Amino acid sequence: MSEIRVSALRYVYGQGTPFEKIAIDDVNVTIPSGQFVGIIGHTGSGKSTFIQHLNGLLRPHGGTVCLDGADIFRSKEATLAARFQVGLVFQYPEYQLFEETCAKDIAFGPGNMGLPPEEIHNRVLEAAHFAGVPEEALDQSPLDLSGGQKRRVAIAGVIAMRPGVLVLDEPTAGLDPAGRQSILRNIRDYHAATGATVILVTHDMDEIARLADRLLVFSQGKLVMDGTPGEVFSRDEALTALHLAVPSATAIAGALRRRGVPLPEGIFTLEQLEAAILTCRREGAPC
Amino acid sequence: MLKDITLGQYFPGNTIVHRLDPRTKLLLTLLYIVTLFVANEAPASYLVLLAALGGMIALSRIPPRTMLRGLKPLVIIIAFTAVLNIFYTPGTPIFTLGFLHPTWEGLAHAAFMMLRILMLVCGTFLLTYTTSPIALTDGLEQMLSPLKKVRFPVHELSMIMSIALRFIPILVEETDKIMSAQKARGADFETGGLLKRARAMVPLLVPLFVSAFRRADELAVAMECRCYHGGEGRTRLKQLHMSGRDAGAFLAGAALLAGLIALRRLGL
Repeated sequence: MSEIRVSALRYVYGQGTPFEKIAIDDVNVTIPSGQFVGIIGHTGSGKSTFIQHLNGLLRPHGGTVCLDGADIFRSKEATLAARFQVGLVFQYPEYQLFEETCAKDIAFGPGNMGLPPEEIHNRVLEAAHFAGVPEEALDQSPLDLSGGQKRRVAIAGVIAMRPGVLVLDEPTAGLDPAGRQSILRNIRDYHAATGATVILVTHDMDEIARLADRLLVFSQGKLVMDGTPGEVFSRDEALTALHLAVPSATAIAGALRRRGVPLPEGIFTLEQLEAAILTCRREGAPC
Repeated sequence: MLKDITLGQYFPGNTIVHRLDPRTKLLLTLLYIVTLFVANEAPASYLVLLAALGGMIALSRIPPRTMLRGLKPLVIIIAFTAVLNIFYTPGTPIFTLGFLHPTWEGLAHAAFMMLRILMLVCGTFLLTYTTSPIALTDGLEQMLSPLKKVRFPVHELSMIMSIALRFIPILVEETDKIMSAQKARGADFETGGLLKRARAMVPLLVPLFVSAFRRADELAVAMECRCYHGGEGRTRLKQLHMSGRDAGAFLAGAALLAGLIALRRLGL
């Protein structure tokens, strides 16, 4: 169980200086255990600041963050425990690798938890498997790997703590399409296999439409939409006003509908679009 | 936290002090330091010096509080110097406590010494607060350019300085990011003994060095792509020009020095 409850969260950058900027303003959200949540929003909307509160890296200037009903800032130990329970993978995490071998780097988190060596070893293997790090790479230096492989090692380094909540900040940024697909597949498999909560920050509407149970939309430090992908993506005018787009399948379906093709509402992935168009054809509608 | 460090921080502005040629400001800072050491240790001389410094700060419109904040890290050094001076200057003792015998002369000397260090630091702060790092290195390059005759790599040196200055905020930001990432994996940078803390720095320093080298590499490639080949035949976007303002500033500086020499002769 790892339920996150955030209430009246507020965070201000540069408080007390002339450069004060409100990054998070009055955010209330409860994320039940096991949900797959997507966070979308324009650059600078407060997404990254928000997720750094979930494991206590940033201390809010107002409001509380509760994990399973207890405030994570109640004591130093509680904050440290939250770091292990809420695993946070930063943007471009490959730049944090530092050990001589990948295995040692993945073991950094579990080592900080004070686990016995055999347990750490098991976790490294398990995490490498979940993140798709090939076994022969474990004894190599992380600096010798390709960019995509390094990122997998970094993600494994967080998964190895067996967090009940896995938070990823744009894990596919800067990867080639095959790399994106396979990392997302790994994340989905991890979610399915462990039942952990997954929170994914992304700019890619196509990928989040396929994966998430729920979407949170941030704009200018506020949580402006909260609902299933169906609910959020049906409000495409509101999204456009926030400089966000709907998934390409939804956009294509909308354009076809305007030209008289009787497609149903609620199409977010290319697979759904394909199926809907085939059904139309079979029924003899004009396509 | 890390973002709060001020290291030669520049406060943009458009006052007469900001608009002076960086070479003028560099030379005047040198002149000012000489003046500080020429000045007689007497109230009249120091009042003149304080008035001159106060005038310059007022002209630059740098808030005095900002100036004082910059002095904070130096408090210990200044206090230490002052205390040493109180005890080690020969003269009439104030009281004697074992081997300690502070003297009145020492007290006076310490007070002047403190003022001198404070004025010295404030004066140099004024230079870095009102001159952008780029202007400063440009000015330095121009001033050192006669050394090119003896094949001293003046341009390269000033380019290295500009790049180093430019990289400070980038590396600070990078440090912050890596620290957060390692903290997210349970790293602890704040507690433990010296050895434990030193060891805790490894997960921070290794990625930081790797990324610094990567950035340096990328920058070198980017510079070569734009055909950078050193200082020879290079023109500048911003030409440095001395103007009447600068002449006036030199006159004022010279007047200050002359005045303090005169005061010293008079024993004031």
